[in-house]
Amino acid sequence: MNYPENYRYTKEHEWVSMDGDVGTVGITFHAQSELGDIVYVDMPTPGAAVTAGESLGSVESVKAVSEIYSPVSGEVVEANETLKDAPEKLNDDPHGEAWLVKIRLSDKSQIQDLMDASKYQAYIGE
Amino acid sequence: MIRKTRSNISQNEQLLFEMSSPGKRGYQLPELDVPAVDAAGALGGENVRDEVTDFPEVSEVETIRHFSRLSTWNYGIDLGMFPLGSCTMKYNPRINEAVARIDGLAWAHPYQPESLSQGVMEIVAVLEGALCEIFGMDAVTLQPAAGAHGEFTGIMMVRSYFEAQGNARKVVLVPDSAHGTNPATAAMAGYQIRNIQSNSQGMVDVGALEASIDDSVAALMITNPNTVGVFEENIAQICAVMHSKGGQVYMDGANMNALVGIARPGDFGVDVMHSNLHKTFSTPHGGGGPGAGAVGVRSHLEPFLPAPRLRKNAEGAWSWDYDRPQSIGPVKAFYGNFGVIVRALAYILAHGGVGLKNATVDALLNANYIRKILEPYYEIAYPAPSMHECVFSDSRQAAKGVKTGDIAKRLIDYGFHPYTVSFPMIVHGALMIEPTETEPKHEIDLFCDALISISQEIDENPELVLKAPHLSRTPRVDEVLAARKPVVRWKKP
Amino acid sequence: MLSVCGLDSLEQLYAHLPEETKLNRPLALDPGKSEYEIYDYFKARAAENADGYASFLGAGVYSHYRPVLCDVIASRGEFLTSYTPYQAEMAQGTLTSIFEFQTMICQLTGMEVANASMYDGSTAVPEAAMMAMRITGREHIVVASSVHPEYRQVLGTYARNGRWDIDTFGYDAQSGRLNLAELEAKIGERTACVIVQSPNFFGVVEQIPAAAALAHKHGALLVVVFTEAVSLALLEPPREADIVVGELQSFAISPSYGGPFAGVMATKEKFMRQIPGRLVGETKDANGNRAFCLTLSTREQHIRREKATSNICTNQALIALTATVFLSVYGKEGLRELALQNLSKAHYLSAGLKRKFDGPFFNEFVVECGGKTPEAVNSALLEKQIVGGLPLGRFYPELADCVLLCATEMSKRAEMDLVRGTLEA
Repeated sequence: MNYPENYRYTKEHEWVSMDGDVGTVGITFHAQSELGDIVYVDMPTPGAAVTAGESLGSVESVKAVSEIYSPVSGEVVEANETLKDAPEKLNDDPHGEAWLVKIRLSDKSQIQDLMDASKYQAYIGE
Repeated sequence: MIRKTRSNISQNEQLLFEMSSPGKRGYQLPELDVPAVDAAGALGGENVRDEVTDFPEVSEVETIRHFSRLSTWNYGIDLGMFPLGSCTMKYNPRINEAVARIDGLAWAHPYQPESLSQGVMEIVAVLEGALCEIFGMDAVTLQPAAGAHGEFTGIMMVRSYFEAQGNARKVVLVPDSAHGTNPATAAMAGYQIRNIQSNSQGMVDVGALEASIDDSVAALMITNPNTVGVFEENIAQICAVMHSKGGQVYMDGANMNALVGIARPGDFGVDVMHSNLHKTFSTPHGGGGPGAGAVGVRSHLEPFLPAPRLRKNAEGAWSWDYDRPQSIGPVKAFYGNFGVIVRALAYILAHGGVGLKNATVDALLNANYIRKILEPYYEIAYPAPSMHECVFSDSRQAAKGVKTGDIAKRLIDYGFHPYTVSFPMIVHGALMIEPTETEPKHEIDLFCDALISISQEIDENPELVLKAPHLSRTPRVDEVLAARKPVVRWKKP
Repeated sequence: MLSVCGLDSLEQLYAHLPEETKLNRPLALDPGKSEYEIYDYFKARAAENADGYASFLGAGVYSHYRPVLCDVIASRGEFLTSYTPYQAEMAQGTLTSIFEFQTMICQLTGMEVANASMYDGSTAVPEAAMMAMRITGREHIVVASSVHPEYRQVLGTYARNGRWDIDTFGYDAQSGRLNLAELEAKIGERTACVIVQSPNFFGVVEQIPAAAALAHKHGALLVVVFTEAVSLALLEPPREADIVVGELQSFAISPSYGGPFAGVMATKEKFMRQIPGRLVGETKDANGNRAFCLTLSTREQHIRREKATSNICTNQALIALTATVFLSVYGKEGLRELALQNLSKAHYLSAGLKRKFDGPFFNEFVVECGGKTPEAVNSALLEKQIVGGLPLGRFYPELADCVLLCATEMSKRAEMDLVRGTLEA
């Protein structure tokens, strides 16, 4: 699987892609494959404050709920509303169309602590 | 080879709403013997509805055919073995149903005078007494409506007990093998949950328990035998450790069918427990309920039991005592699921003390027999001796790409309801099998043959198992579609 | 079987239990009885109750005729002896009937989603309160004193342990309806929901739109409770409510000394993911045919554990099935005629009696006993093989001289005349 080189990754299988001081956050291909068919996504509303390492929402398969842990701290500026009616996109295109939220980072340097693509792939054993 | 089933005609059936025609009815009320009242006049026009839009309109024969046809799409204990682990799907004796429908019991109103309720009160009292003896407890309440409701009642009593001492404490310990109702219950009662890891035997690790206890811990919720079907051999020590820190031991008695007549929770140190009358005491599951959750306590918790309590007055008559200042309060209106209480008492009367123990021993024999027959084909989860159920892992089959859920679906083709799938969560890919004492050897042998045959199919043709069931009326149902696009009521097209 | 297990005796099956845990004596219970003896025992107990008496008790448990088909269907082993329909391929019968049940509850209550049942009406009330708290993030409940007193006690038990606050508001002494001014005074910005019952405990039909407007004005939800389900066939449904909970005992469930009954919870689609208990959803099987399965299970305890919407697991499926058969037997017209008979009988019974409240009532009403005590009236009736109404002093000290009388389609004119005569005399 292709893990984009310009993304940063967490041990909880989220990714973040930076554009200025706004990070786009999603879950990794590996995460969706472990979860199986995703049926529901619960996301924060824009304006919500989130903290790195704390839950910002959850994704559900038929028989499991998994928390999404925020890779960064900051303020949610946008949530991907298209996932409400089409959660299956998270299985089809987790690194692209099925991003979850955009977060304005409180401090841009925080992403330096995250893994790059090769480290993440080593971490998940690919 | 599939020996238990062959193909059969199965009827199609619409929903009631789709077969309705205006004006059809399946009832006849008697002539009204008083003047008819105009609804709008009596209630005010704004309070009266025009009609119940799209409500069913079918004849009596259509009603009986509709539900009879639906019933043939179901499977029940009456059709064969129902080996759901932790669910104790034993035969539901029909004498229980008959006595619960006797007019003087079925039509007893909860507010009729106590002087005209002595029979129903006596039944409640006799069952409470029998369960005290079976549990080794000092008092039993029959008010809770189900197992989880009993758990809630028990944990609320624990909270009140500690509050009476000035400190409610904050934490309830729950082993990772526990039923989901345990942590959900403790959370509802306002407690934080602390998980305890099981040891390599699938049992509560006394060391891990000791490390988790401090004076913020109110109780341990333990299931014994636990959810891997193993008797917690350190249970007396576990209770002693809890008591040494002032904590209480709550026992989830879902698996009480393994203990009746051979061991009593009250004797090995449990303070409060529940037992599901719809499991151990044979009342029917009815497709999901009703049940009843008897809760037993040691004497120090007795003042906290839900009000009202039965007591005998000076004349020897039963009355309800509402004057219970330390009670947690009622957990349900009236006195409990009385109809279920009648059925459970009928079961106990039929067996007697000796019969109840014999039933337990037979349940152990059936489970251990299945374990021995299947062990060459499936990986037993823990080597410890099994009680009334045995838990395997799908590890050998999963290596070939077939998981417990697939094996379960293939069992349907062989004419059996699946075992409990993927629980407990501490066993990877669990197959949890509880035959109960009421299965004849012939049925058990057919069941074991089916699982052996499936293990061979996995070697030879895994696709056959992965796409099962093939022979059931309804092939695999798409649960993902149901969850992504929830449709939970019929709407007129 | 023993030899397959490698054992010589049955005792060896539990020989590994630590000695101190074993019961080394027989259970002190009588020897087992035959079927005939068991039947005899329960017939004798039944004879010690009010068997054969006419009854004018309601108060949450109603005497309605039970069509024969209800027990015929509910006694079929395929329904009676099946389990919760987790294996959809083997349980389409149960699943289809629950889908019909959910639909009919929506049609009756004016809601959009109904679950597969709760334990009973009383436990459904705190479940509704907890749901409202999850939705609003608030922890204060305002409940009408005219909600069934035992339901309020159960709510109190749950609230004490969950540590949420409850305020009670009263009824109008003239009409027996909600005291809306007192309600408004008790709602605040911490209020998660307002709980009212209609018809209320006194049998009086409430002003649901007005209560809803007050609740919504303060950002709280409105929970409407019902105990007499037959009234739903005739009364305007509580469409303005956010959550409707109630008791289905009236739909062919025997009074059975208070249970087992079936509770129900219904709500709007937007709150679907916050509803507790099981839900059946429509889907397709591998052949593309319509099929049903349990759905949105991630709300429930077996998956979400301590974060679940409720700890409920076992529900009242067989009772819900009985109610579904009942509703099918009566159908649209029959159910309305049944409700009209109840209304007519209750109004016949009330004629000439001194009603305490002048609000509109369905099949129950509160009567003053005049110079007599409720106990004296009921004693006189018992001599005529009639169980009279519920004396209200136990729950409402201010109504100590009143009884709550109920008439249903099973109340006979001659017996009602006796009750009237006794109360008027």
